[in-house]
Amino acid sequence: MLKIENLHARIEDTEILKGIDLEINAGEVHAIMGPNGSGKSTLAQVLAGREGYEITAGSVSYLEKDLLDLDPEERAREGLFLAFQYPVEIPGVNSTYFLRTGYNEMRRHRGEDPVDAMDFLKLIREKLALVEMDESFLKRPVNEGFSGGEKKRHEVLQMAVLEPKLSILDETDSGLDIDALRIVANGVNQLHAPDKAVVVVTHYQRLLDYIVPDFVHVLYQGRIVKSGDKTLALELEAKGYDWVKEEHLEQTR
Amino acid sequence: MSGTDWYQSRFADFEQNLNGEAQGPVHQLRRDAIAHFTATGFPTSRDEEWRFTNIAPLTRIDFELAAKTDEPATADIAPLRYGLPGPVFVDGHFAPSLSQLDALPQGVVVKNLRTAFIEDADLVCRYIGQDAMSEDQAFTALNTAFVQDGVLIYLPQGTVLDTPLHTLFLSTGTKANVVSHPRVLVVAEAHAEATLVESYGGLGVEAYLTNSVCEINVGENASIDHYRVQREAPTAFHISATHVREARSARFRSTSITLGGSLTRNHVHTALMGEGIDSTLNGLYIENGSQHVDNHTLIEHAQPNCQSHEFYKGVLDDESSGVFRGKIHVHQAAQKTDAYQANQNLLLSDSAKIDTKPQLEIYADDVKCSHGATIGQLDADAIFYLRSRGIGHREAVRVLTRAFAGEVLDRVRIDGLRDELDRLVTERLDRAAGVAP
Ligand SMILES: Nc1ncnc2c1ncn2[C@@H]1O[C@H](COP(=O)(O)OP(=O)(O)OP(=O)(O)O)[C@@H](O)[C@H]1O
Ligand SMILES: [Mg+2]
Repeated sequence: MLKIENLHARIEDTEILKGIDLEINAGEVHAIMGPNGSGKSTLAQVLAGREGYEITAGSVSYLEKDLLDLDPEERAREGLFLAFQYPVEIPGVNSTYFLRTGYNEMRRHRGEDPVDAMDFLKLIREKLALVEMDESFLKRPVNEGFSGGEKKRHEVLQMAVLEPKLSILDETDSGLDIDALRIVANGVNQLHAPDKAVVVVTHYQRLLDYIVPDFVHVLYQGRIVKSGDKTLALELEAKGYDWVKEEHLEQTR
Repeated sequence: MSGTDWYQSRFADFEQNLNGEAQGPVHQLRRDAIAHFTATGFPTSRDEEWRFTNIAPLTRIDFELAAKTDEPATADIAPLRYGLPGPVFVDGHFAPSLSQLDALPQGVVVKNLRTAFIEDADLVCRYIGQDAMSEDQAFTALNTAFVQDGVLIYLPQGTVLDTPLHTLFLSTGTKANVVSHPRVLVVAEAHAEATLVESYGGLGVEAYLTNSVCEINVGENASIDHYRVQREAPTAFHISATHVREARSARFRSTSITLGGSLTRNHVHTALMGEGIDSTLNGLYIENGSQHVDNHTLIEHAQPNCQSHEFYKGVLDDESSGVFRGKIHVHQAAQKTDAYQANQNLLLSDSAKIDTKPQLEIYADDVKCSHGATIGQLDADAIFYLRSRGIGHREAVRVLTRAFAGEVLDRVRIDGLRDELDRLVTERLDRAAGVAP
């Protein structure tokens, strides 16, 4: 579904991604872990098409297309979804409008008719139930004044509405209370399907107790320095990153 | 002929045609005004207050007083009425057949100024032209020299208007280079309350000048919510002055929306002359093409314990330009003044520009004054967030711009007017973004 080869990206004069290789197939769940500042969010943003990064080498193919050639909205319409680590507050833009416009763009892209406000309300009510969010959020401006946890739930609500093929969840677990974590994780699991793939960026094993990964990768200094199965996350939880860093140092020495 | 000479000669003509009206105190005011205008002349870019607005294109033209024309059809002006009743003026002339003036509460007077000059001379003379002779108000003087038709809105003590009253000044734009001098005089006595809309619309294609003056007197504990909507034709010059005097515990709220015209200058001066006044100035200007809009405001705190809030926003596209000057003058006596001012501008193109400057003149020591001016582009993070949800770039820009303007539009408390303004603004932004309506 997604194939990243030797991806290098820089922002201004700083190289942040220094040769990422990663392959993700339909049906898989991948976890990306790694110390702060190692480039996880950068990778996620580059995949979603954020401007401001210069791709200096490498390629990304997504569903047989050159991903880097597509505008952010085209990537979204092709089924790529990024749950932001820091969801953006948009004063003056109503959440319902935001969700419905995005939803209808997806439909239009598939050659389907847009849904009207009434039909959308029915649909959104189901999705709200999935993440146990109150309908009152719909009347508020996008993310404005939402608590940290509410913003994260709202990201998963958007995922539920847009029904992406490939979802990248950037620290969607951070800021969630224990109950919310379970609710959000269950939501993500319910949305998962054999023709879909999920990438979760996280610092904590507790999320991976719910969303069980097929593969775990450690991103460090702009490279994936170690990959394994779900036991790697447990090992990291127990031992921290030092041993991975050391291993990496030895390999590069 | 040019400039002042031209208007002096026009005044002679005008005076001759006044016949019986060329007497009495109002006419003396006219004569004083033309003398004052002739002496001061038009401002130039050497005047500090006019530095960024070049009015040469306007002073070069010898504008003729707009003659009475055939009144437009009621259907043509319907979209400009916002479903609100009130007097209508066409090219500066009162149009009784288009006006809706029935069902006013007991005691409230809304009438053509020309009639009021005769029937209510004492009242009118007490309030009209209080600022006509100020040094820097050449256009107000010019308006005063030619004052004739206009509206008197008189709210005696304790009267309340429950429906907004809309005064519409329409320019037909059928003849090139004509000028009208619309005049509004509002006298709200103690405890009176009203919502007033003053709006300008242009139907035609020819260049014209609207030189309007509005004077509002807000009595003790009175409350006036004033809306000014400028939708002149794209070829129009629009110069306006709003002079407000507020008495103790008055509430005054002004919302100024500028959409039309090629060159616009709005001057708002509000004098807080008693204690405990709450005064608000809101504004929105949306420009494209080569439009120029200059908003000058002066809030004068003369007495203690008053609040003023000012919030102006602008959206500038293409080659348009704008000026915002917000002066807050706190007199020495005006202790415990609380004044807030913000001007925020959104530039949608690299060629658009805005000059914004707050000016605080504070002579009292115990005051709270804050101000902020911003000039910016749309938030790149917000654009990306919308796009990452499948919303196209243009739509994202349109939506965010609408949201920016919405902060002022949402403060419009007349539902019909707000919805219509919202529609107009959205339409403008759609056009700018190239989205088919
Ligand atoms: N505009 C920028 N200019 C310079 N450096 C930047 C810029 N944006 C990000 N970086 C740097 O890039 C590095 C990677 O950041 P990124 O947000 O991808 O890390 P992360 O792995 O997601 O970290 P965290 O776990 O804290 O979320 C950091 O060192 C960060 O400071
Ligand atoms: Mg991150």
